[in-house]
Parts: sequence; structure tokens; C-alpha cells
Amino acid sequence: MSVLDAKIPQGPLKDKWTKHKNDINVVNPANKRLIDVIVVGTGLAGGAASASLAEMGYSVKAFCFQDSPRRAHSIAAQGGINAAKNYQNDGDSTYRLFYDTVKGGDYRAREANVYRLAEVSANIIDQCVAQGVPFAREYGGLLDNRSFGGVLVSRTFYAKGQTGQQLLLGAYSAMSRQIGKGKIKMYNRHEMLELVIVGGKARGIIARNLVTGEIERHSAHAVVLASGGYGNVFFLSTNAMGSNVTAAWKAHKKGAYFANPCFTQIHPTCIPRSGEYQSKLTLMSESLRNDGRIWVPKKKEDVMAIREGRLSPTDLREEDRDYYLERRYPAFGNLVPRDVASRAAKERCDAGYGVNDTGEAVYLDFGSAIMRYGKEKAMVDGITNPTEDVIRELGEQVVEAKYGNLFQMYEKITDDNPYKTPMKIYPAVHYTMGGIWVDYNLMTTIPGCYAAGEANFSDHGANRLGASALMQGLADGYFVLPYTIGDYLAGDIRTGAIPNDSPEFMEAEKQVRDQIEKLLKNNGSKSVDHFHRRLGKIMWDHVGMARNGEGLKQAIAEIRSLRDEFWKDVRVPGKANGLNPELEKAGRVADFLELGELMALDALHRSESCGGHFREESQTDEGEALRKDDEFAFVSAWEWTGDAGEAKLHKEELTFNDIELKQRSYK
Amino acid sequence: MNLTLKIYRQDGPNAKGRMETYQVADISEHMSFLEMLDVLNEQLVAKGEEPVAFDHDCREGICGMCSLYINGEAHGPDRGVTTCQLHMRKFKDGDTIYIEPWRSKAFPVVKDLVVDRSSFDRIMAAGGFVSVNTSGNTQDANAIPIPKTDADKAFDAATCIGCGACVATCKNASAMLFVSAKVSQLALLPQGKVERTHRVLNMVERMDKEGFGNCTNTGACEVECPKGISLENIARMNREYLKASLTADKD
Amino acid sequence: MALTGLFLITFITLHLAINLLTMVSKDAFNEASHFMATNPLIQVMQYVLAAGFLIHIVMGINLTLKNKSARPEKYAYNRPSANSGFSSRSMIITGMLVLVFLVLHLRDYFVELKFGDMNGFDNDYDLVVTLFGMWYYTLIYVLAFIALGIHLNHGFQSAFQSMGANHSRYTPLIKKLGAVYCVIIAAGFSAIAIFHFVNA
Repeated sequence: MSVLDAKIPQGPLKDKWTKHKNDINVVNPANKRLIDVIVVGTGLAGGAASASLAEMGYSVKAFCFQDSPRRAHSIAAQGGINAAKNYQNDGDSTYRLFYDTVKGGDYRAREANVYRLAEVSANIIDQCVAQGVPFAREYGGLLDNRSFGGVLVSRTFYAKGQTGQQLLLGAYSAMSRQIGKGKIKMYNRHEMLELVIVGGKARGIIARNLVTGEIERHSAHAVVLASGGYGNVFFLSTNAMGSNVTAAWKAHKKGAYFANPCFTQIHPTCIPRSGEYQSKLTLMSESLRNDGRIWVPKKKEDVMAIREGRLSPTDLREEDRDYYLERRYPAFGNLVPRDVASRAAKERCDAGYGVNDTGEAVYLDFGSAIMRYGKEKAMVDGITNPTEDVIRELGEQVVEAKYGNLFQMYEKITDDNPYKTPMKIYPAVHYTMGGIWVDYNLMTTIPGCYAAGEANFSDHGANRLGASALMQGLADGYFVLPYTIGDYLAGDIRTGAIPNDSPEFMEAEKQVRDQIEKLLKNNGSKSVDHFHRRLGKIMWDHVGMARNGEGLKQAIAEIRSLRDEFWKDVRVPGKANGLNPELEKAGRVADFLELGELMALDALHRSESCGGHFREESQTDEGEALRKDDEFAFVSAWEWTGDAGEAKLHKEELTFNDIELKQRSYK
Repeated sequence: MNLTLKIYRQDGPNAKGRMETYQVADISEHMSFLEMLDVLNEQLVAKGEEPVAFDHDCREGICGMCSLYINGEAHGPDRGVTTCQLHMRKFKDGDTIYIEPWRSKAFPVVKDLVVDRSSFDRIMAAGGFVSVNTSGNTQDANAIPIPKTDADKAFDAATCIGCGACVATCKNASAMLFVSAKVSQLALLPQGKVERTHRVLNMVERMDKEGFGNCTNTGACEVECPKGISLENIARMNREYLKASLTADKD
Repeated sequence: MALTGLFLITFITLHLAINLLTMVSKDAFNEASHFMATNPLIQVMQYVLAAGFLIHIVMGINLTLKNKSARPEKYAYNRPSANSGFSSRSMIITGMLVLVFLVLHLRDYFVELKFGDMNGFDNDYDLVVTLFGMWYYTLIYVLAFIALGIHLNHGFQSAFQSMGANHSRYTPLIKKLGAVYCVIIAAGFSAIAIFHFVNA
């Protein structure tokens, strides 16, 4: 028996959550007022949790490092949010959403959690509509849906290419209402730098006021970490510049196990990088694959001609194009899951078919979609015998209505018009399925410390399907955590306010002050970004889309020496007592330098290919990922023992009772 | 390209500010404006000077964190973009670029180019929401059909990113475009109509208290808004406000 | 501002209509002028009009002061012409010019016609014609009308927006109407002044 108890309720899968809600303890309304909860992060999970907890009556303290809760990076999610509503009458159901998610995650997620996620998904849509989230609608006034990768039904709700924004602003509105009522005390421009544990329980945090530089002690009866993912360990990713692992990592170092750190999602459709100065990568929503066809030229000479500018991609004949996803995966075509699409792009580019200067780009072509929609529109408008130009123009209008903001974004960045010439895309780090280990109640291995949203590891297994992250963040924040946290807090109704001047708080504060002082006094010769860039390169080269044992060992060695160098030679200008972005970055990169090693260690240990984790030693004869269920059907949860390289592995065995483990096939 | 930068520097909230001149060399036209500032900051760090503080986060034009008044315009010379999406191809070799923070009594400078926009949060807390609690049993999302045109208009208003460019660019430092976008979004949807009277009164009252100026319909905000929020929303808010002022019960 | 503005717009339209009579017929103008000076309803409206002017002026100044205070620190480099029209940004300046003109105008006509001895003229028409005989007088008037035109160029459509009248179907029309209207007012009044100067 492992030390990890996932606390999955007994009984049939479909009754577990209902039964659990009936069985757990609740706190009476009068007592909720006396209980403080800290929520770190104000994205979908944190924002939704803060608002819901405050509505229930708890006293909430919410923290975000940005200048407003509305800036959390959930805002950048584009495509949509899944829900098993079956509005399109295509046979969708809770079970089918559950099945797709477990399968999409390559059978490395916990059945009970995923089923619960599918179950509450429908409530999320109801809740958001009630809040005034303006989802896309059809002319009849009912909600519209689209389909996403890895799925055969249309269950994705969306608001143009700004779904994350609209959902986040919904949660932010709900928060604002509670802030106005004084039920949420909001701490903007505050960064959590330490978790405080008193008597074995999480009882508060140390946060730095980023404007004044003050180090503040905040106490509470429970701490919720909703601080997002750690994709920025790769330096270049689609994450926001400020996205970081620090809150989660500090909790890890205080005893929260870190699960499946190597499960990183590389998103297939991002704008390729253009130079060394690049600071971040921009995603083009996966929804584009509904209408865009992905290809590279069949012949190397055409590739060269395109790279040298002698040939325009629009002039290349159909028979000279290799629509490699349609060729390799006829059943799902361009709508294969993200991991599959990303690896296929890398395979073509590695083979020398990349279509830009760096050889790291493939085409996403809307030409046929434009013509198809144009013909439909001409028919609807009653235009007989339209010319090709008219059809194209009408088609462009339809495509603009669907993806206008994405096309505009692409044009602003690249200076290319994607209506006229195919987009160039390449995979980039986008999401991290791994995160802090949590049980069914979303509690970490530290009592009273919870993790929600991308910060936890829970529901996506080894690969996340499109439009599932928004679903999970909101499910955790609105519908799971507010209930499950009561079970724990019910034991705290007589505790009274937690003092913030106990020795534990003082010690934690001292740790934070010491690190800041060390960084500022280091007086090295290189900037924080210098180290971050180098770390990113090691991670991308060896712990990226495809990994092998040798590379991972090398990565571990390189990260270790880079970490030593960082602490010897980093230069952090400015002072501690005021706004100092370089100091903020330095603290975050210091944590990434430890996390990176753990990711490589985890990847080294998992010598199978699954989902976002493609292990070169483990592939089929056709070059497809080969999963090893006999050896690796478990969650790797790592315990901090004082050094990133010495982390101790705990396994949570995954059992599948309601779903049959199969090798994934999208052919 | 090589550029001369005139940048506003201010050490802290109460310090006195000044314009400083910097040179940057070998800037690629494919860089974003903020990447160009990254280059400057790397230079400054290497020289042991303090880098220029500026707000930014997502760098894809959606979080609303980046600001900057560039050559006399909010988010710079390009249209429909935030500063993070502005690319250096909009400038020429040898250009001098002025970079200043948003200027408004309601947006005090925190440091250098960073301003405090929490007044927007306070306006939101005064009424920018639908009073509905989280529960597993609100009515079905399709129970109330909403005309597509209303839903689309509400969406267009809801795309506001709260960056504050409207305030920065308005000669009166008015926040009407920001406030009206939220008022409009919720006034257009049946879910928001229930509270429309109090919402508009409370949000406008808060807006005035924060020290923003009044709208004189110059239309500058609409032109500079990176998300193209329309002046129609301001008119709609004016209607809502007029109606609410005349019909609201006396408390 | 919008309500008083629209009220003043109505007044100025009427004023122009009557003044145009000076170019048509002396008697018609004198008759209209006499009517305006004696009709009891108009007499009451005079006070309403005065109040309209006062409120418009006081509110305008107040608004400007408040708006100025919303931005205590100015930009070192600003390019407002990139995003807004001149007339919309200069309302207080054109407004003040019109106000100065108004004082002059009231002294010369309103006071004379109503309370004074009409500078010895025995009818309104002669007073008008004589005054416009002086080149500097005409020049001042024409300049004032241009200021008024610029003021109205923004003011007309802005009033509708402030009262919430913005509609994809009608707003473009209102804007066009405003543009035409301000030209008619400025050109109409100027034409009268120049007409009498030339004929003098």
C-alpha cells in the first residue's frame, strides 16, 4: 500500500461524487464567517474558488502577482470549453466525455476524478451563462458548439477565439461582487513566496508586496494553490511572462508531492519562433484545425524553393502537397489530439520538410475551407454561377466571422495575411498536465493545503484534450473545491483566528528575506534571463517533444551545473524595498532551475511513451508511441528530500474499472 | 535598426519623474516593442543600472497588463493592437521614440512606466457583475434564447481587456468607454437586465469618485482601443443612465 | 450640455432665418424684428434663452476645469490629432470665442434695440446695415461665425451621442447632418455680414 491515499469514494463510478457530497462534513453558515481561506492565483480555478467560497460565507484572502485578478493567464485561452450537454444531438453524454478525456490522456488520469469532471461540466455552462458570459449563439438564440481535436462530437462551447477571456471575466465579475461586499480581501501585485505550516497543517503564506517590497505574513485555516502551470521552465512557451511555479514549488519543498512533472503538453499550432530575442510564443487556437488543413511539400526541391522565396505555397499543386495528418490518420485527420499532431509536425520537420528559414514550420491552410464556405454562402445568398473571386470573398467573410481575431493576431505578429497565404505553425510548450499531487478532495499531501486548476496534476493524464483546461479549472473552482474544503474546515470551527506571529511564520519569513538578500547581494555578471534562456534550451532539446535516456541524463547534469552557475553569477539589480521586476524573475527562475531537474528525472524514470511524453526507446514499428501499461500505469508523485536530484518517488497505482485500457489509435 | 528612446523614469510612487534618453542598436523589425525594451533592459542590467519597469504579462494582447504611451499615442502608432503586439516594423532606423506611462489622476504612477489601475477594479466591484451565486442548479443554459445580434453585441463589448488606453488617450482622462463596455454587455443580456438600474448608477458614481474626467465625445478612445470597443456603448450607457436616473426608486 | 446645446441650436437656426431676411427685404426684416421684440411668448422665451446660454456656459467651463484636473501630469509628447478631430478638442476655445463675440453682439444690437436709442436709427434694418459697413466689424463677425461653425461641427452630433442616440442606421446620418448644418450656420451668417459690407 502506497503512502498516497487518493480517498476515492466507494461505489459505482457514476454515484461516487453525489454520494461523496452527501457524506462529507459541512460547516454551518455562522461558523464559515470565522474561517479564513487563502487562495493564491485568480485564474479560472482560483477566481472561481474565491468567488464561490466567499458566496458560501468564508472569509477569503485572494492573491495575484498581476495588477488585477482579471489578468490571470486563463484569459489567453482561445478555443473553447467542453461540456456534455448534447445540445447538438450527436450522442454526447457524461460517459462519452469521461471516456474521451481518459483516452485522450492516454490512460494516465484517475477515473473517478475525470468522471466527476464530466459530470459537473454541464453545470459550468449553466453557471457561466447565468453570469452573463456571452457565448457564441446560433440565429435561433441557442448556444453554438464546435468540435475539437481527439473527439468525434461537437461539445465545445466558445466565444469566438476568446473563450478563456470571457470565462475569466465571468469569474472576475463574481469575485468583484464579493470584493465589493468585503467577503474577499484582494491582494493585487502580491507574490506568494513561502507556505507556512503550523502543527503539520498549512496555516498561511508569506507574500511579498511587489509594489512596496514588504514581506507580509498572512494566516488562514486553509490555503488553496491555484497558481497555474510551469510551462515557462522552457523559457519560450505560450504562457504569460509572469507565469511561474514558485507557489507550487514552495509548497512542494514544504511537503506537497509533485506528480507527473514530465507531462508537458506541446501544442501543435503556434506561431513559429523568429529570432533569438524572442520572449514568448503565441498560440493559434486548436479550433483552427476544424477548418485548416496541415501540410508540407512532398518534394524536397519544393521545400528549398519555398524557403528561398522562389516559390509561393499557394502555387504548389495539390498533388505536390503532403497532408500528412490526413495521410497517416484518416479517421481523425487534422483533428487528431495535440500530442499526435505535434509529433507528426516534428517528424516532418526533422525529416527536412520544414517550410521556413529555421526549418521548423508547417502550413495550416484555409484555402479549401474558404472555397467550401464561399460556395455555401453563395448558395444561401442566392447567387447563381458565382465567379471564383466572389466565392473566395464570401468564404473569407465566413472564416473571418469564425476566427477573425486569430487571423488578425497572426497578421500583426508575422506581417503575413493568412486569408491569402497559408499560416505557418510549429509546436510549442503550452500546458503542463503534471502538478501538485492531490487526492479526490483536491487536497495535497499537506493537510489544509489544496491545489486546483493547472497547478494540480489531476484530470488530464499524460495529454490534455483541447477545451478541457477551462473545464477543469472552473470545475475545480466552482463545483469541487468549495464542497470538499468544507470537509476539512469542519474540524476547524473551534480553532479561532490563526496567529501570524508564531515561530513558524517568523521562520518562513526569514527564509524569504534571506533568499531575497542573497539574490540582491550576489553581484554576478549575468542577467536572470540569460540563465532562463539557457535552461529553456536544455529543457526543449532534451525534455521536450521526444526524449531518450541519454539526453535526459545529460539534461540533469547540465541543469545542475547551470543552477550552480546561477547562484554564483546571477546579477539582480535594484532594491528589495520597491517594485523590482528583475528580483521577481530571479526568484522564479531559481525555482525553475530545481523543477527542471525533477522533470528530467521523472521523464528518465518513465521509460514508456505516453501522451505528451514520447520516449524514443518506446515506439511501435510504425513510429507511433508505445505505452507500457504493465509497468507504468501509475502516477509518479515525487517527495522533496532536500535536493532536486534526490527526490523520492511514490507511486499511486491507477486502476481502470469502467474503461478498458487500449493502445490509442486515431487512424 | 538603431533607435533613440526617450523614456519617463520615476523611482517610486512619490518620487519626482524625469525623461531619460537611451540608445539601442541592431533592433530587428520582427521584434515586438516589448522585446525591444527587453534588449534595452539587458543592456542596463549589464551596465549595473536599474532596468526600466513596465507592466506586461501575456504578450499576446489579451491580458490588458501592458500599457505605454508611445510617440504620443496609447499602445503606439498601430491600430487594433496592444503594445505587446506592436512590432518594430512600424518604426524606421534612426527614429526617436517617446515612451511614457498612462497619465490620469485615477492611474497614479507606481514606478517608471508602471501605473496603478486598481480604480478599474473598484468600478467593477461597484456593479460590474450579475448577482448570481455558484450553484449546481441555475437554469439550463439554453432556457432563455438570446437573439444572436444581442449576444454578438454583448460579446463585442465584453472583449474589453481593461488596459486603460481609453483613459490614457482621452483628453479628459475619462473612463467612459471602459465602464460603458461592461454596462452594455450586461444590459444587452437577459441575465444582466434585472440589475441594470442600480448597476449603471453605482458604476458611474464610483467612476466619478475615482477622479476620471467626463466624456466629451471626441472619439479618441474608440480609435486607440486595442479591441475596437465602439462608442455605441457609451451612448448605450448614457441611455441606461438617463433612464435609471429618472426611474430609480428613492432609497 | 447636450440639452442646452440642442436648445441653442434651435435658437441659432431661427436667428439665421430672420437675419437672412435682411438680404431679401428691409420691411420683412423690420417686421420680423418687431415681432420678436414685442410678442409676449417670445418675451418669456428670452429669459429661457438667457438661462440656456448661462447654463451652457457655466456647465462648459465647469466641465473643462473638472476634465483638466483629471490629468494633472501632462504628456511630454502627445499626438491627439492621430485619433480625434480638431473641433472636438477645441470646444472650450471656440466656445469662449463665441462668448466674447456674444457680449459684443448683445451690446451692439440687443441692448440698443431693446433699451437704447438705437444710435439714432429709426429702424432695425438701418442699424444692421450701418454697422456692417465698417470692415473691422464685419471681420470680427465672420471670424466669430467660423468659431461657431467649428463649435457646432462637434457639438451637433455630440449632443445626440450624449443623450444616448447612437444607432448604426441613424448616427451616420446625424453626423452628415451636423457637418452640413455647421457650414450652413457659419456660411449663412457670414454671407449676411459680407453682403451688407459689400453693399454699403
